[in-house]
Amino acid sequence: MLSALTQLLVFQLAGEVIARALNLPVPGPVLGMLFLFVALLLRGGPGDDLQSTSQGLLQHLSLLFVPAGTGIMIHLHRVADEWLPLLVSLIVSTLATLVVTAGVMRLCQRNTPEGEQAP
Amino acid sequence: MNPPLNDIWVYLSASPLLGLTITLLAYQAAFWLYRRSGMNPLANPVLIAVVILVLFLTLTATKYETYFAGAQFVHFLLGPATVALAVPLYQHLRRVRSMLWPVLAGLLAGSLTAALSAVAIAALFGASEPVQRSLAPKSVTTPIAMGIAERIGGIPSLTAVLVIVTGILGAVGARHVFDAMKLRDPAIRGFAIGVASHGIGTARAFQVSEQAGAFAALAMGLNGALTALLLPLVMRWMH
Repeated sequence: MLSALTQLLVFQLAGEVIARALNLPVPGPVLGMLFLFVALLLRGGPGDDLQSTSQGLLQHLSLLFVPAGTGIMIHLHRVADEWLPLLVSLIVSTLATLVVTAGVMRLCQRNTPEGEQAP
Repeated sequence: MNPPLNDIWVYLSASPLLGLTITLLAYQAAFWLYRRSGMNPLANPVLIAVVILVLFLTLTATKYETYFAGAQFVHFLLGPATVALAVPLYQHLRRVRSMLWPVLAGLLAGSLTAALSAVAIAALFGASEPVQRSLAPKSVTTPIAMGIAERIGGIPSLTAVLVIVTGILGAVGARHVFDAMKLRDPAIRGFAIGVASHGIGTARAFQVSEQAGAFAALAMGLNGALTALLLPLVMRWMH
């Protein structure tokens, strides 16, 4: 667990440093995730240690949003002022995303010569 | 308050112990309620925990900054957890090689629709600039979405809440949308839920089938990475 946690922090640190050094607009931890992903491709998968540590961390992922989410209390006036655009935007955009994603995939699958169906 | 109780409160409000402890307590209470509801997406544990904490902090007249001094130990783990998302992404990607083209096309179309339609509709209805920017990453998994919001001039904590509401909307509405489209393929249904409503939609997809869940998890990871790369460039170009 200690070695896996160290690996995760090293990848995060590399992501943060490179994002800042090259002035990339991408968040550092996301860059770290991409680096780890490439490392997994090269290594042919995570070891048992990294596997179980990341599983443990991700199992309670939603707990980690709570402190930031509670910060909404500072912005409650904004939500109260702009609830209508927020609500319409969330509902319409979420439904549109579902329809567009599924529609495009179905279209692509029909146009593939050997239409791969689920076994 | 009696003097000793007052002393205790002075100690607690100055130490990180209280903020950390109430975060864990509120989340566990919320998770218990979520399980009791049969994992109903409407009883989202993060949303319930946030409501409990906001009520507690308001009633005790505690400043958010004071609370965060303790809660930051939990918050810090978001970084390594984001990096750890590479592990399930790697595992799910191996399973879907046969559907590479539909997956990539759906991802690109869905990712752009999610961000651009949210910003356009909010702008149309007169939302302020920071709110529009907070909405843009709403379909991306929370840790990545908050990072993006910070980078493009949104409000990360508002984004966190918008992301959760988006997840709930997708988890509740997806089935009706797909049935209306007469779409049955569990791979496509799962992938579209993952693009539109990240982890909350993914949890819902796993309840339906293992295959739908795996595609949803893959979509969540890919959409997070793609949006983080594309959205800052798109927003820069738009303004």
